[in-house]
Amino acid sequence: MNLAVALPILLPLLLGALSLLAHRRLRLQRWLGVLGTGALLAAALWLLRCVAREGVVVLHMGDWQAPFGITLAADLLGASMAVLTGLLGLATAVYSLATTPRGHEQYGHWPLLHLLLAGVTGAFLTGDIFNLYVWFEVMLVASFALLTLGGERAQMEGAIKYVALNLLSSMIFLSALGITYGLFGTLNMADLAAKVAAADQPGLLSVLAAMYMVAFGIKAGAFPLFFWLPASYHTPPVAVSALFAGLLSKVGVYSLYRVFTLIFTHDVGYTHEILLWAAGLTMLTGVLGALAQTEIRRIVSFQIISSIGYMLMGLALFTPLALAGGMLYIGQDIVVKITLFLVAGIAFRLLGSYRLEALGGLYRYRPLLGVLFLIPALSLAGLPPLSGFIAKLAVVRGAIEEASWGITFVALLTGLLTLYSIIRIWQQAFWRELPAHATDTGVLRGERRDPGLWLMYLPVAVLAGLILLVGVYAQPFFGLAEAAAGQLLDPQAYIDAVLGEARP
Amino acid sequence: MMQPGSLILSTMTRLLLPLQLLFSVFMLLRGHDLPGGGFIAGLVASAGFILYLFAFGVAATQALLRIDPREIAGAGLTLAVLSALPALLYGDPVFTAQWWHPSLPLIGEIKLSSPLLFDIGVYLTVIGSMLTIVISLAEAEE
Amino acid sequence: MEPLMAVLVGITFATAVYMMLRRSIVKLIIGLTLLSNAANLLFFTASGLTRGAPPIIPEGAEQPAGAVADPLPQALILTAIVISFGVLAFALVLIRKAYQVVQADDLDQMKDTDT
Repeated sequence: MNLAVALPILLPLLLGALSLLAHRRLRLQRWLGVLGTGALLAAALWLLRCVAREGVVVLHMGDWQAPFGITLAADLLGASMAVLTGLLGLATAVYSLATTPRGHEQYGHWPLLHLLLAGVTGAFLTGDIFNLYVWFEVMLVASFALLTLGGERAQMEGAIKYVALNLLSSMIFLSALGITYGLFGTLNMADLAAKVAAADQPGLLSVLAAMYMVAFGIKAGAFPLFFWLPASYHTPPVAVSALFAGLLSKVGVYSLYRVFTLIFTHDVGYTHEILLWAAGLTMLTGVLGALAQTEIRRIVSFQIISSIGYMLMGLALFTPLALAGGMLYIGQDIVVKITLFLVAGIAFRLLGSYRLEALGGLYRYRPLLGVLFLIPALSLAGLPPLSGFIAKLAVVRGAIEEASWGITFVALLTGLLTLYSIIRIWQQAFWRELPAHATDTGVLRGERRDPGLWLMYLPVAVLAGLILLVGVYAQPFFGLAEAAAGQLLDPQAYIDAVLGEARP
Repeated sequence: MMQPGSLILSTMTRLLLPLQLLFSVFMLLRGHDLPGGGFIAGLVASAGFILYLFAFGVAATQALLRIDPREIAGAGLTLAVLSALPALLYGDPVFTAQWWHPSLPLIGEIKLSSPLLFDIGVYLTVIGSMLTIVISLAEAEE
Repeated sequence: MEPLMAVLVGITFATAVYMMLRRSIVKLIIGLTLLSNAANLLFFTASGLTRGAPPIIPEGAEQPAGAVADPLPQALILTAIVISFGVLAFALVLIRKAYQVVQADDLDQMKDTDT
């Protein structure tokens, strides 16, 4: 059923419009937010089921056949990413009920949330590279606005860096699109893949590939252009931060996966070698940055960058195992990062600070929160039996099989340093005694009840359970990642599905 | 900057605003196969309202609009998304253009289509978002 | 025509980068505006500058008479212009608010979130 691929885009767009119409009625907007993101999750799951059964699902919008019209196409990677988007949207929406300040809701928190989700699913499901640019911009405009709601000084400063670097990347992307159209006369990704394979201009192609790499690399937060990410992601309210941390940079990684498996495979020795170097440096700088920080959200922001390195490593090695591991890493990292941010939000609710020196005693008074922190945190460090272990194992085994000892060493070293940076948070915020100067600990000690707290615990508990599930019962998830890697490495099925009878 | 009261500006605005709105509707309707369309028509209409804002201030503009610009944008976006759906009734992929030719008494046959619905949606979205931005800037100024 | 356009695109890109490297926020935004114009011009030039009639097929015919211009780049650039228009409108509101909060038109004073 072809509607399945349009629904995850149309649904959040419509919900965003309806929440905008209902901007005076906050209760209605909240209901639309929770039910709408739930519906998005259901629609994405339906799409994934269709893709798993029938192969690549294609929809030619407005009945304009490829390569002339805009085509939506979902393979296993795109559909799984859409499912994760729905899951994260739902978790964020529930968490927002308890944490988003009223003023933010009045100034459009909910419509922007839906618009952001529409942009993200659009980017995952489109089969047209110019359309990818359009969805990128939809997503960025929504995220700019979400980032600045509230108008505090830190938000403004973070937003200027975010806007400037992301616009720069968009313009590099647009220039690359112009050159692509000039060279090949098409912007449909499947058609482009066929034409690039037949082209005989390796030098020009490599320049073009490098432009896409820089554009998506900035959006993904890869070395060396990542500094906008830790400067801005921690400034908005925690639910929004969590959504950004989970989703936004992964859209850049997804685009790299799409473009560098489908289109630019003409000179893997050159392009993917650059990606491998970027991957190693991204991992290392990310984790070293995390070690230098003393604020939970900023530590996790740098850890986002470090994880991007592992995902790029999977792509750069370009073997079935490494690609599958890289994709599993993307999937599980989305869940891990959002959970960490949401736990940090609960700690803030209990103690009123994100700074490590002001935190303490959380394990003593809230042992459950301690467990809910340890599950994503140890998964981030790659300890069994959690999802991060499985993904990291696959990526590193991919590297060993390719005899890439340098990147293997960097990956393992980064894992060790990650563990150290996680233990720092654990030791200071959870394990040690409550600092003597901490005020307002009534909620923490259980003397005062906080009615919204269970709404914050609920999504965290579900997501932590998911991390555990993927770690313990990994076979179906790894099987899905392997199947998705198979599709990426053999793009002919994707190309045939998109172009259909239009093929010459 | 926001000093309502220039006689020439306010008199001309009273004349120009209806003309601009009329012209914007003209642009919107001819946009299907001639230069024009929802986006540019929306810009013309919002330029009219912005001129009114320069002449009479924020409060008067809000009173003239009666509804919040964000609601205009929301209505426009809803229309634009809904215009994807008629195609489903006829079994076509979403966003496929559908045409209807109802005939009205006195006027005769007119052409209605789902792209027109989409264009009206774009028109309202542009007006709504432009005015939201300009009014928030002007309020910050005051 | 193409060499001229290529030089123009190059100059616009260079100017944009120069403006973006200044410390003033206003100049940063001007730089970004120029950058989006440069990218659009590049798109326009790269997709071929041809003299041609509007690509409209006359009634009754199967294909257009004579050479026509490629309409797709124009549609794409129009989309890109609309998008950058929206983003820059937002960026203007942003720098205005940032100026009110920070009280300085200087990027060097905006390093609270960097350390």
